[in-house]
Amino acid sequence: MSATAEETVAAPPRRRLRLALWLLSRSFSSMLGLFLVIAIVVLALIGPWIVPYPDHVAGAVSLANKLQPPSAAHWLGTDEVGNDILTRVIIGARISLLVGIGITFAAAAIGVPLGILAGLAGGRLREAIMRFTDLFLSVPGLVLAIALVAALGPGIVNAMIALILVWWPGYVRLAESKALSIREEPFIEAARVAGASRARILRRHVLPNSLSPLIVKMSMDIGQAILAVASLGFIGLGAKPPTPEWGAMISIARGYLPDWWWYAMAPGVFIYLAVLGFNLLGDGLRDILDPRSNRG
Amino acid sequence: MTQPLLRAEGLSKTYEGKRGLFRATRAVQAVAELDLALDHGAALGIVGESGCGKSTLARLLLRLIPLSAGRITFDEQDITALDEAAMRPLRRRMQLIHQNPSAALDPRLTAEDAVAEPLRIQGLATGRALRDRVAALLTEVGLPPAFLHRFPHELSGGQKQRVCIARALALEPDLLVLDEPTSALDVSVQAQILDVLDALRARRGLAYLFISHNLAVVRQVCERVAVMYLGRIVEEGTAAEVLGAPRHPYTRALLGSVPRLAAHGVAPAAPGEPPNPASPPPGCAFQPRCPIAVPACRESMPPLATLMDGHRLRCPRAMEVSP
Amino acid sequence: MTALLEIADYRLAFDTFDGTAQVLDGIDLTLEAGGTLGIVGETGCGKSVLARSLMALNPMPPARVVSGQIRFRGSDILGMSDREMRRLRGRAISMVFQDPASYLNPLLAIGTQMEDAIRGQDAAVGERQRPRAAARARAAELLAAVGLPEPARLLDSHPHQLSGGMRQRVLIAMALAGDPVLLVADEPTTALDVTVQAQVLALIARLVAERGLALMLITHDLGVVAAACARVAVMYAGTVVEEAATADLLSRPLHPYARGLIAAVPDLDHPERRPQGIAGSIPSLITPPRGCRFHPRCPVATERCRSEKPLRREILPGRSIACHHATP
Repeated sequence: MSATAEETVAAPPRRRLRLALWLLSRSFSSMLGLFLVIAIVVLALIGPWIVPYPDHVAGAVSLANKLQPPSAAHWLGTDEVGNDILTRVIIGARISLLVGIGITFAAAAIGVPLGILAGLAGGRLREAIMRFTDLFLSVPGLVLAIALVAALGPGIVNAMIALILVWWPGYVRLAESKALSIREEPFIEAARVAGASRARILRRHVLPNSLSPLIVKMSMDIGQAILAVASLGFIGLGAKPPTPEWGAMISIARGYLPDWWWYAMAPGVFIYLAVLGFNLLGDGLRDILDPRSNRG
Repeated sequence: MTQPLLRAEGLSKTYEGKRGLFRATRAVQAVAELDLALDHGAALGIVGESGCGKSTLARLLLRLIPLSAGRITFDEQDITALDEAAMRPLRRRMQLIHQNPSAALDPRLTAEDAVAEPLRIQGLATGRALRDRVAALLTEVGLPPAFLHRFPHELSGGQKQRVCIARALALEPDLLVLDEPTSALDVSVQAQILDVLDALRARRGLAYLFISHNLAVVRQVCERVAVMYLGRIVEEGTAAEVLGAPRHPYTRALLGSVPRLAAHGVAPAAPGEPPNPASPPPGCAFQPRCPIAVPACRESMPPLATLMDGHRLRCPRAMEVSP
Repeated sequence: MTALLEIADYRLAFDTFDGTAQVLDGIDLTLEAGGTLGIVGETGCGKSVLARSLMALNPMPPARVVSGQIRFRGSDILGMSDREMRRLRGRAISMVFQDPASYLNPLLAIGTQMEDAIRGQDAAVGERQRPRAAARARAAELLAAVGLPEPARLLDSHPHQLSGGMRQRVLIAMALAGDPVLLVADEPTTALDVTVQAQVLALIARLVAERGLALMLITHDLGVVAAACARVAVMYAGTVVEEAATADLLSRPLHPYARGLIAAVPDLDHPERRPQGIAGSIPSLITPPRGCRFHPRCPVATERCRSEKPLRREILPGRSIACHHATP
């Protein structure tokens, strides 16, 4: 009894990779997202070595050059103390990316274990975790973050801490609902029938199968966190000038609108592209990471 | 006389109703006062329509869900009150095959990993020995080694069900509970799987509790058959008796409703549909649809009587009408 | 007089990542007005895709018509605009699906959904929509026609209050709203219990007889075909391998696949006849076997079957087989 015709399926690993790329390449928006994210990561990585005016990062003052429009020497113009804006937004990418990734991973590290615990344990423990989570979710995130930074004192590290504290409940919610639905899958019952312990079921089945939506959410959240940090910077609760953080830059540039529009526009466009990139990539990943969608 | 491998006495499962803010859900008796016995190496079919409690019964017998009342004995050991840890060594000896093989396999594990999983859990083999064992199991169910590294979505339905069977066999169980094992498969594949199951039983002396709505399949696999309606057994006996010469009016209706290849047209054998388990009719659960019901049938649930030949029947009327 | 439905050399392909799947490979079928045709085959044989083609329900892309025609009352459906197709759907051709629960909106009362369907029919043919009350009267009439008791009360209930069999009856009633001449039923009883299946099959048979409906019934269950269809076409891997009167085919199948399929069905009344599986499994439609698509699994295949695709030919009156080795 052989299955002749079904042998045509190619070897899994390479096919899966090609399939992932194919799914991605079919969607223009996913490709755009991927391109934007790669561009920002590359800028962040090699930024310090490619910027035209490395000493402008810390805020050198050359008032003779202040508020110049874009030119061959300063592609994006200069700011109110004569710093090259291109240099500063490129270095800003490094800060924003680090902060965005840091907040997202820290929030997931707190939220996911709690959520899965709640989903699998059920009963009183679940009630306790979920009601505590609801408590956080019932207050608008940014407002709570502002209050927290106000208490902790302004600064980029405190802004991060505040944002992590308001960010984790979303992961509890997602991980819990995912764990709840996976718990009902027949393959979990099959593992129980084989005598698997709870810990093993969690490690081997629940966690790997919850990963896809978590990765999608994390991709989107990096963009949102970049935006949130910039917002805090904008209202003066995040990074302090002259740190080249995008939000802080816009905060100052605002005073020079509309005549010196290029000053505010550069960090604004970078924030926009970064958030857009991570969101589009997250959408694309959603399609790719579903193992059941691999039929093409 | 030897003891049966599996015995259930007075087994009941009630899903408690909940009183919510806006509406209360009623308690549902999914399985009620059910007695059955399965001998070593025997095959008992459980048939009935959706909502009759047959899948709940499977999970009760395997101690996967808590029971409300009754007693379960496995190989002379009372397992009614064992906790999860105490059940773990027994799990090796009783395995479950699901209806939908696609859902019963973790989408992220290859066929090899899926079959190896129980062996790893029970610490029965490692390394080279483990791989050899897995390959041998897959060969035994008719999957050549080419399939070892396939993921579930790269297998056909029949191939997935073979993987599930190999996984269940890995622990060398004495009892296989099969919950509609061929319902999700095409008929030509179903016939292959039935062959595999027959060969395994002959070779390994497995006992089957075979749950299905397909009477013809049950007739092929099982020596004895129990018919369930609304959580209770209404008739039980040898397959030849129950499916060849049914006595309970519900069994007759079931058999009469199966479309036959030889006959054009099908005459509905029973009006209406199975009642909602949350609001069962008074008396005998089948009486609203029963062609031979009399007013007395509405008064009380008839008992499951054991007849002289060991046949069990929950219908005093049937005995009156055709003794 | 032309037939009600004529499918001629219809080929449909799906473009997928792995390549182009030739899902339907030259289908030729004819259905007369008032005729009943069962389409049987196993998973992936293309029977549902064929049914959905009649209603233009296959998503294009990835689906793509390669060749052929589907003529309904002489005019080709494949060339129709969306607007022309809307006029046809429900009014001339209607469809009933496998899972009745997912085709009813759980939030709306049955009556509301039926009124919408009936008024939608009016709009599709360019008539003025009849008032709600008239539509409701019509809905009650339809529910009575499919044997549902107390139609008036039923119109006020919601889908979750109905059993599976009642939901399927409601959907059949809705399919009748536009007085169609052809009913396409895709596995209409697969989700139902066997006692209820018998009731729904009897209902379909009654409607066909009373209203002169033509029926195309898609199913994997030969027993269902035996119960409801005068003629049957057996499909395998996108081709029709045998077409015949149901009784003839079931008692004496001539194509090797049809023989295998029937031999695989366990017989309740003759348990001593062991069901026989068909060795192997269905082929890939992206790289289908050359010649006859069934040859890798066929017990009588020869060299010719591996190289030359057998065309379906009438070897007995009203009976055609796509097999080089078929003899009457």
